[in-house]
Amino acid sequence: MGSQQQSSDNGIQWQGYTAQDFYDELISDKGRPRAPARKLAKHLAGFSADELKHRRQTAEATVKEMGVSFTVYTDEGNIDRAWPFDIIPRVISAKQWATTSAGLVQRVTALNHFINDVYNKQEIFKDGIMPNYLLEGSVNFRPECVGITPPHGVWANICGTDLVRDEDGQFYVLEDNLRVPSGVAYMLENREITKRVLPEVFEAEKILPIGDYASDLFNMLASLSPRKVRQPEIVVMTPGIYNSAYFEHAYLAQEMGTELVEGSDLMVDTDDCVYMKTIGGRSRVDVIYRRIDDLFIDPEAFDKNSVLGVPGLMRAWRKGNVALANAPGAGVADDKVVYAFVPKMIEYYLGEKPLIKNVETYLCDDPEQRDYVLKNIEQLVVKPANESGGYGMLVGPHSSKKDCAHFRKLIQENPRNYIAQPTLKLSTAPILTENGIVEPRHLDLRPFILQGKNTTVTTGGLTRVAMTKGSLVVNSSQGGGSKDTWIVNN
Amino acid sequence: MLSRVAERVYWAARYLERAENTARLLKVYTSLLYDLPDDTGISWYNLVVASGTHVQYNERYQVRDERNVAKFLLADDSNPSAMLSSLRLVRENIRTTRDVVPPESWELINELYHYAGDNIQQGINRRHRRDYIDEVIKGCQQINGLIMATMCNDDAWQMLRLGRNLERADMTTRILEAGGSMLPDILEEDNAHVADVVWGAVLRSLNAYQPYRRTMKVAVTGEDVGTFLLEDALFPRSFVYCLQQMEMASKSLPSSDEVSKALEKISKIVKKGTDYQDPIIALPKHLNALQLEMTSLHNVFADTWFYIE
Repeated sequence: MGSQQQSSDNGIQWQGYTAQDFYDELISDKGRPRAPARKLAKHLAGFSADELKHRRQTAEATVKEMGVSFTVYTDEGNIDRAWPFDIIPRVISAKQWATTSAGLVQRVTALNHFINDVYNKQEIFKDGIMPNYLLEGSVNFRPECVGITPPHGVWANICGTDLVRDEDGQFYVLEDNLRVPSGVAYMLENREITKRVLPEVFEAEKILPIGDYASDLFNMLASLSPRKVRQPEIVVMTPGIYNSAYFEHAYLAQEMGTELVEGSDLMVDTDDCVYMKTIGGRSRVDVIYRRIDDLFIDPEAFDKNSVLGVPGLMRAWRKGNVALANAPGAGVADDKVVYAFVPKMIEYYLGEKPLIKNVETYLCDDPEQRDYVLKNIEQLVVKPANESGGYGMLVGPHSSKKDCAHFRKLIQENPRNYIAQPTLKLSTAPILTENGIVEPRHLDLRPFILQGKNTTVTTGGLTRVAMTKGSLVVNSSQGGGSKDTWIVNN
Repeated sequence: MLSRVAERVYWAARYLERAENTARLLKVYTSLLYDLPDDTGISWYNLVVASGTHVQYNERYQVRDERNVAKFLLADDSNPSAMLSSLRLVRENIRTTRDVVPPESWELINELYHYAGDNIQQGINRRHRRDYIDEVIKGCQQINGLIMATMCNDDAWQMLRLGRNLERADMTTRILEAGGSMLPDILEEDNAHVADVVWGAVLRSLNAYQPYRRTMKVAVTGEDVGTFLLEDALFPRSFVYCLQQMEMASKSLPSSDEVSKALEKISKIVKKGTDYQDPIIALPKHLNALQLEMTSLHNVFADTWFYIE
């Protein structure tokens, strides 16, 4: 992968740009822009080097001014870092997005059927579609949730599905993220930044509006309220200012006009209802959008040492006196072993063919598949079943012999905890480097799906970019950046 | 409004007022440097006593000179009420309540905190101290101005008003105390006009000189300065005025009965007054009683609005 040297005096010259054997989102072979990106590419090519530099500086200044930041944990403590942003949008055609969006609704619907089945009748296991051992070995299965059906039968109300494109140009689902997915605030801010940086391009293009996510979220949360009142009390619950996504928690609370609460602001009374402590005394809470992991939400039910949670919260939830989004226990489907069965779930619960494919997945618990993984580990990506954020994984082709041997041992010790996938040829898109030239970088896409009484999908999603040349890791906690995502109707 | 958020906003206002008034406190004696006869020594340590932080001071310093006192009041980390510590706490409290205060207040407090820290030597050394103090006071007033001119008069605004006025009433008694504690030395020397110079400095450091002249229509005397700064109903830094502001703020907030009772009780004490002609025993005793009342008033606020069980 690479690109030929471009003259920095003349701005962008697409002829010199090549992603080689990767699928590039904007530019096909021989430097020709793909149809949905044609206008954008032409427009960018019209900028001089100075103009480009100016636009990039505008973006940096806007990020600072808007206070878009995320927190990185380091040995020296937590630091607020500005959000690394690239000004060249990623473009997807409206036609392709329509299918993808329908596929996401289909997938989340099936997953919610599955979670409700897990905690109730467990028919998918009885019918032999999925093996029982999946539940026995799942660290995200919560016995406390058995027998509960949350409002509308939906457990995962907010999902941030990770999509990737392979060399064939098709979208694949990489992960389902059903616990506390983050990033939506950055998606919204990316659009705001791009409007300021490339205002004139918006006039020339039919870019679908990103939609009113805060209203959709508010309406979805309101649809979960146990009390059928006109103005249910909805709160966003944060672990606090030192959490890496605190910016987003505060942003969403502000946009929805709801209180941003910490665990200590809430209490559960003897009536098993949840109240927040206000200057006027206690005030009943109907819906909690919790941005805290299951295990920390209630020290009475889970981690006794958690100071982030609210004692008795699970009691209130089980009685149906408060809605929690996402419902505790939803993470049971956010497991890379369960992931392998999602296509089967879609057929089982909905009687439909999956509209978006899974990445081919080898289960290390199956002796035959494990043998294949152990023999071919240098070509595979090995992931633990329950980690997120790109931690604890092995990218075979980029790893040393020693690392591969280490993972072979880990797999043999605990096969249920590992899956492997072929190393994807993740698609690329051009970024504008500090030297003012365009170079391809790998990226993925995280759309957000809201499911309550109704289901909505964001128009596009958060595009995350591996800012380092050749890198496949897009997570912001590990040096990834992002760019705006355009759904264009030509 | 969440109790936790209310408490943070209230403390933001208190610390902002504390920072400003600590600067004013230091200003009283700093300006006396220029107006007192050479042979009248200034006992700088009185300021530490007036600010109520003598225990911390004595743990840290042996020598009670001007430089140590200035450093302790402005910048010493071991003094929780030091001006810089107070500004840092304003910043922390605003940082976590940015959704209920004007967003620009975050920028202004950052600017002020950095200015005050970067130029701290100007405050510690005598030469530029007055300019430095005036800049800090201006910075604090800019933030209060922003709040007055752009913020909805909602619950958060009322909480700011409560915090500001409680701290201001308390600090006015301390600045009076700092003036009064100069007098024993002076009176021993039978130097009555020097006492007037001291009371003039007290008034000026509170921007109260002109309002005093127009209201009291008498020369500057200890008796009348005490009456004015404690009992005047119209001057914004007088004790009674601050009580009235707190009364109005609490009336707009829920379940304020206990707070009203407490305010009424304090109002009676201050209006009853004391023998202001006796700056050695009666005045300090009275001021001390009022300071204790402010401490209990804070506890009533906390029980009413902050600690909900």
